[in-house]
Amino acid sequence: MEEKIQKELSHIRAMMERSTRFLSLSGWAGILAGIYALTGAFFAYKIIYRSDTIIYYDITGGIFSKGAITLLGIALAVFLLTLATAIYTSSATARKSGKTLWTPAALKMLYNMAIPLLTGGILSIILIQKGTIGLVAPITLIFYGFSLVLAANYTYSNVKILGILEIIIGVIGAYYQGYGLYFWALGFGVLHIVYGVFMYVKYKK
Amino acid sequence: MKNYFQDLDKAFDNKIRLGIMSVLMVNEYVDFNELKQLMSLTDGNLASHIKSLEKSEYITVNKSFLGRKPNTKYSATELGKKAFNKHVDALEKILKGGK
Repeated sequence: MEEKIQKELSHIRAMMERSTRFLSLSGWAGILAGIYALTGAFFAYKIIYRSDTIIYYDITGGIFSKGAITLLGIALAVFLLTLATAIYTSSATARKSGKTLWTPAALKMLYNMAIPLLTGGILSIILIQKGTIGLVAPITLIFYGFSLVLAANYTYSNVKILGILEIIIGVIGAYYQGYGLYFWALGFGVLHIVYGVFMYVKYKK
Repeated sequence: MKNYFQDLDKAFDNKIRLGIMSVLMVNEYVDFNELKQLMSLTDGNLASHIKSLEKSEYITVNKSFLGRKPNTKYSATELGKKAFNKHVDALEKILKGGK
């Protein structure tokens, strides 16, 4: 009898959790996202600091030189790879535990993340056009941080800590302009790897 | 010792009905397909349990159209929420009493 009641209570808890939180997040997504970001930052560093022309002036002047286009290509590749990896690892985790990926909670999480992410993206484009490129890296960090803080309501609540750290790094990066790429590598690269390892160790997935 | 077994609700002695109610306790509303997906059920199976919860007035149904597709949303009534809490309370008390 006692066992039956325990089972009933845990069924209630599981249904409540499954319907409100997206828990198929895999630590691997964080680790790989961090590696892509660091790799991207490495190539971006080589282009920005080791090329003959000063990319900064190319972009602000509206000239899309080879270097500037490569830079945008790297950013796009990192973004797409990260997105694809997150979807792939999450669906694998969901399948392993007999769940589906696109639960109402997952959709709610994505919807909430999309608001700050789109805002930050549009703002970044405006900043590039207006020539304040130094603020792009901190702005992407800050708005990504906001999206994580919101997402935390629909997934593991410790995502909120990651979000707050991204915001802090973004704000500090805004102060130390000219070092945007370093802060970007710290926020999107190192932090993601650390968080991914932590999740992997804690939840074994 | 009070017999808490009599506080258990017959409406919740089924795993599916208990599951539907658990989901509706923490979500403002949920539609048919979401429920189906959450509990990996077939249409017919889910529909019959929803009917029975509807009959005891524990949940309400809101039918509307999303474009051309019918969209049916369910939410828990105050009566349903009270009954659910009472049921869970009783479960916990039985568990404590048994030790």
